[in-house]
Amino acid sequence: MSGAEDRQSILDAIRSALHPKGDDTARKQAVRERLTSHPSNLVPRRGKASGDARLKLFIETLEGQSAKVSRAKSANDIPDIVAAYLRESNLPAEFRTGSDELFDRIPWDKTPALTRHQGRGQGSDAVTMSRARSAAAETGTLFLTSGEENPTTLNFLPDTHIMIISKQDILGSYEDAWNALRDIYGARTLPRAVNLVSGPSRTADIEQIIVMGAHGPRRLHVIIVG
Amino acid sequence: MKPQSRAFKTNATQALTNEPLKKALGGIKHGFVANRARARANLPEFEQLRDEAKAVKEHTLAHLDLYLEEYEKKVTASGGHVHWAPTASDAREAILKICQDAGAKTVTKGKTMIGEEIAINDYLEDAGITPVETDLGEYLIQIRNEAPSHIIAPAIHLTKDQVEADFRKLHTSLPYDRVLEEPAQLVAEARKMLREQFLAADVGITGANLLIAETGTSVIVTNEGNGDLTQCLPRVHIVIASIEKTVPTLEDANTILRVLARSATGQECSTYTTFTTGPKRPEDPDGPEEYHVVLLDNGRTEMLGSEFHDMLRCIRCGACMNHCPVYGAVGGHAYGWVYPGPMGAVLTPSLIGIDEAGHLPNASTFCGRCEAVCPMRIPLPKMMRHYREREYEKGNTPHRYKLGLKLWAFAAKRYRLYQALTGLAIPLMARFGKRSGRFRTIPLAGGWTRHRDLPAPQGKTFQQLWREKEAKS
Ligand code: SF4
Repeated sequence: MSGAEDRQSILDAIRSALHPKGDDTARKQAVRERLTSHPSNLVPRRGKASGDARLKLFIETLEGQSAKVSRAKSANDIPDIVAAYLRESNLPAEFRTGSDELFDRIPWDKTPALTRHQGRGQGSDAVTMSRARSAAAETGTLFLTSGEENPTTLNFLPDTHIMIISKQDILGSYEDAWNALRDIYGARTLPRAVNLVSGPSRTADIEQIIVMGAHGPRRLHVIIVG
Repeated sequence: MKPQSRAFKTNATQALTNEPLKKALGGIKHGFVANRARARANLPEFEQLRDEAKAVKEHTLAHLDLYLEEYEKKVTASGGHVHWAPTASDAREAILKICQDAGAKTVTKGKTMIGEEIAINDYLEDAGITPVETDLGEYLIQIRNEAPSHIIAPAIHLTKDQVEADFRKLHTSLPYDRVLEEPAQLVAEARKMLREQFLAADVGITGANLLIAETGTSVIVTNEGNGDLTQCLPRVHIVIASIEKTVPTLEDANTILRVLARSATGQECSTYTTFTTGPKRPEDPDGPEEYHVVLLDNGRTEMLGSEFHDMLRCIRCGACMNHCPVYGAVGGHAYGWVYPGPMGAVLTPSLIGIDEAGHLPNASTFCGRCEAVCPMRIPLPKMMRHYREREYEKGNTPHRYKLGLKLWAFAAKRYRLYQALTGLAIPLMARFGKRSGRFRTIPLAGGWTRHRDLPAPQGKTFQQLWREKEAKS
C-alpha cells in the first residue's frame, strides 16, 4: 500500500468503528471549537495560589524534588551567587550559556574569576546556565524554550545546570504557563522544544533505589531573581 | 518480540520459585504502591482529575479521525513528516527506510513500548543498523537480550548483583577491579558508556506519551533525561506512537499529566516532560534536521467501539500491575509479551489474538484493585471477563470444564434436584472434612485443590441456613 492508502485505511477504519450518524458537521464543529478555545479542565487549588504563597509552594516543591533554590534581589547579585555555588560544589568557575539578553545584562566582570562561554551544549560541559521562560508552582516545574537564546542541549548535557527565572515569571498552574507561551509564540504554535524540568536527572531502575544524574544533570540550581 | 504468552502457565510456575525475582518484586509495595498513595493523598482533587482525564480521552476517541488529521496538519506545517502504519510491519519498514535514507549506522532509543510491540530492534539489527537503548532499565535488559518486565520499570526483575556481573562482562574497556557495589556506581558507569553513544548516533527514536492536535506536538515523560538526549542530538528524530495517544489541546495534556506520574511512580510530576514540534528551526543552534512521526494502528481501530474500547484510554502508567497480586507474584516475563499485568491481560489478546494470549485474561483473582487504581478508570476485570466469555464461545475452554459447568447448570435450573443434591453432599463433606476443617484433595476437583485447600462445610447448605434464619426472625 502507498502512504496515502495507508493513511486512508486507518482513517476509514476509525470512521467505520465510530459510525457517526448523519453528516459530520457537529463533530467537526466540536473539534474546531475545542482547538481554538482550548478550554481549561479542572485546575487543582494549589495551582491557583498567588503572591507569597505561590512562591513558597514553588520553592518547597522544587526543593522536595532535590533541586537547590537561591534568591537574588536583582541581576547584579547573580555573579556572586554563581561563583559561591561553584566554589562550594568544587566545580570549575566556568559555564556556558545561550545568547539570551538576560545574560548580557548580568555584570559578570564583577566577579573576575568567572568565565562565560557561549553556544550550544557540548559533551564536555561541566556547568551550563539557562533562563527559564516561565514556571508552574503547582509541581515546581520550570518551562524552557528552545532557540539560540537558550539552546536545548544546555539543559541535558552538563553535570550541573543552573537556571535563572524572574520572580514574575513564576505562575501558578500549567495552564498559566502555557498561556504565557501562547502570548509569545501565538495561537496553536510552539517553539521546537519546550522542556518542563522539575529537578535534576534521576533513575530508580536498579532495585528501585533513587540515584541522581542518570543521563542529564546531576545537580540543578535554580536562582530566582526579584 | 515473538509472543510467548501461550506458555503463561509454565512461565508463571517457574517464576514462583525464582528467588532473585521474588526479592525484586517485593520492593514494589514500598516503592510504587506507597508513593502513589502518598501522591494521591497530597492532591485533594485527584479523584476528580481521574474523571476529567477519562473524559478527555473519551472525547478524543469519539473524534479520533478528526484530531489525527489536525495533528498531521500541524506536524507538516512545522516541517515534520507523518507516516501512517496500519500494521507493525508497515511501521518497521517506514522506520528502516528513514534510517537508511539517513545513512544511519547507530540509532539511540528512548524507552518506547511501541518499539517493543513492533520489535524494531531486531529488524534494524538484521539490516545492519545498531540500536542502542538509552533508558537505564532498557539498556540493562538489552545487554541481557531480555524483554521488559514492566512498562515503566523494564528491569524491575533484576538485582544489583546481576547488573554488576553484566557490566563486568560487557564493559571490558574498564579496569576489572573497579568497585561496582552501589547502584550509584553502576549508574555512573552506564552514564559514561552511553554518553559516547548519544553523541555518535545518526538517528534517535523515541516513543510518545501524548500527541497534541492543537500544535502538532509529541510529548515524552522521563526522569533520566535520556529521551531528550536521544531526540535533540542526532540529525534525525523518529517518534513512534500509536494513534490513541492523541489529545486535543495543551490543556488536555495537562490533565493527563496530572494523573500520569502520580499513578506511575508516585511523583508529583516526572523530572522531564518534553514537548517537541517539528525539526530544528532556522534560528535553532541544536535539534534534529529531520522530524518524523510513525503513527501505528496495529489493531487499535478494531478495539474502537468494541467491548475493549475503554482500553484505548490507557496511558501506560503501570499502576494496575503495581497493585496486582498476580503480577506481584509472577512478574512481567510470565505474560510472554510486551504488556504485562492487568493491562496486558486485556491488551495482549486484543493486539495479537486470543489464540496466542488466551491464558492471560485468566491470570486474575478478580480482586478489582487494578480498576480501583487505574487513573483512566478502565474496567479491566470486566474486559478480562469478556475474553473469558469469548474463549468459552470459541471453544477454547477445555472439555472437562464445560461438562462440569453443564452438569451444574442442569441441576441448578431444577430447584428441587439442586436442593436434594446439595442437601446430601454438604453434610457428607462436613463429616469427612471434620477433623482438619479442610480438604487437601477432592475427587474430580484435583485441578482446583492442587494449589489450594477447600474449607470443609459446617454441615448445612446456605439455603438451609437462610431458611432457619428467616424462620427465627
Ligand atoms: S490500564 Fe490504567 S492503570 Fe494500567 S497502565 Fe493503563 S492507565 Fe495505567
